[in-house]
Amino acid sequence: MKQFRYLEEASILELSIDKCIGCGNCVEVCPHRVFGLDGNTVTLLDRGACMECGACALNCPTAALYVNPDDGCGCAAYIINSWIARFRGKPSSSCGC
Amino acid sequence: MSGRLTWRDHLGTIGARTGFARETYLVNPGLYCLGKPDQDAPVLVTGNYKLTFDTVRASLAGQNLWLLVVDTRGINVWCAAGKGTFSTEEVAFQVVRSRLAEVVSHRRLILPQLSANGVAARKLKPLCGFTAHFGPIEARDIAAFLQCGTVSEEMRSISFTLAERAVLIPVEVCALRRSLLVILACFFIFSGISPELFSISAAIDRGKDLLLASLVAIAAGAVATPLLLPWLPFRQFWLKGALLGALAATLFVTFNHGMGGGDLLALFLWIVGLSSYLAMNFTGCTPFTSLSGVEKELRRGLPFQITTATLAMVIWLIAPFTALDDRLLLFLLN
Repeated sequence: MKQFRYLEEASILELSIDKCIGCGNCVEVCPHRVFGLDGNTVTLLDRGACMECGACALNCPTAALYVNPDDGCGCAAYIINSWIARFRGKPSSSCGC
Repeated sequence: MSGRLTWRDHLGTIGARTGFARETYLVNPGLYCLGKPDQDAPVLVTGNYKLTFDTVRASLAGQNLWLLVVDTRGINVWCAAGKGTFSTEEVAFQVVRSRLAEVVSHRRLILPQLSANGVAARKLKPLCGFTAHFGPIEARDIAAFLQCGTVSEEMRSISFTLAERAVLIPVEVCALRRSLLVILACFFIFSGISPELFSISAAIDRGKDLLLASLVAIAAGAVATPLLLPWLPFRQFWLKGALLGALAATLFVTFNHGMGGGDLLALFLWIVGLSSYLAMNFTGCTPFTSLSGVEKELRRGLPFQITTATLAMVIWLIAPFTALDDRLLLFLLN
């Protein structure tokens, strides 16, 4: 997957190292292999590859990870639809996927 | 349930992949058995999009195991997890509803890795008594995982090969068919407005050119951009699409140099803008674009696309009148 890189500074991903217990759940679930285990704590091996899917934060038992909590995915149609919905004051329609 | 796909399954796949029968292509949630599983056989969890269901059972043909299908409203695993339908609660609910504890003697579920953005595995035990483990991303790797019990680094890493990109093109292009009909009607009206108020012949003649230009833009933005994705410069999709759009528009202008200058300029801008927009829409099909990133590029791409499209339409509308001015000028000069 290193073949594809996106806007690397844009992603919101924060690791509170003092809360990390080194369970390795985030290492396991990340589809972009952002994390690595260094002894008893996790390190960010490739922060720029993060796509904010949120799997790591959801499976972190100590809430040591924070990922962009906004609803939705990295999909232009979805974001445009939610902007239009907000403008019209209606609940957001999806993008069909 | 069988691991073999019939011609009806393949026909259904075509329907789903082209978008003609995608929203309602689902199977009933619940517990299914593949082969002849006993009480010690592994339990795999998946979503109820029929395409997902078929992929899983076809890649596990010949195995004996249980398949617990959760209700994702006919959406694939990853998107359903993102939208909250493939959730911890839903998995626990289906475990209880199917009385899985009475069917198998062990207490272990295997989840697809891409459900991890919807399912907190550690919370399943208190909810339903089963511990959950994340298997590989792809169904084709499940057999190897069941045999050796571990998931390799490669199986945990998402891919986006040329074939994986190509298979997404039909649904994106076919999704345009509704908007294309509306646009076609607008094109007809736009193209007919002329010095003699409205000309049917001009509407058909110029409308045809506008439609052809739109098809060129679709080819550049919704077909070529996905295929050439890793080799195109720029990281933002609207730029990739604008670049390919500009190349396609240059070719279009070269082959249609008989048309008026105003018309050609309008069509050039139209192809660039539309191709850029379509390429930007492909972000949702990729497995690597972040929400923050796409928002960032939308703030740049959308103004560009709206500007080029508006300019194109204005030039398209006034071009017949300027041609008249040219003729008047010639007449006066003579």
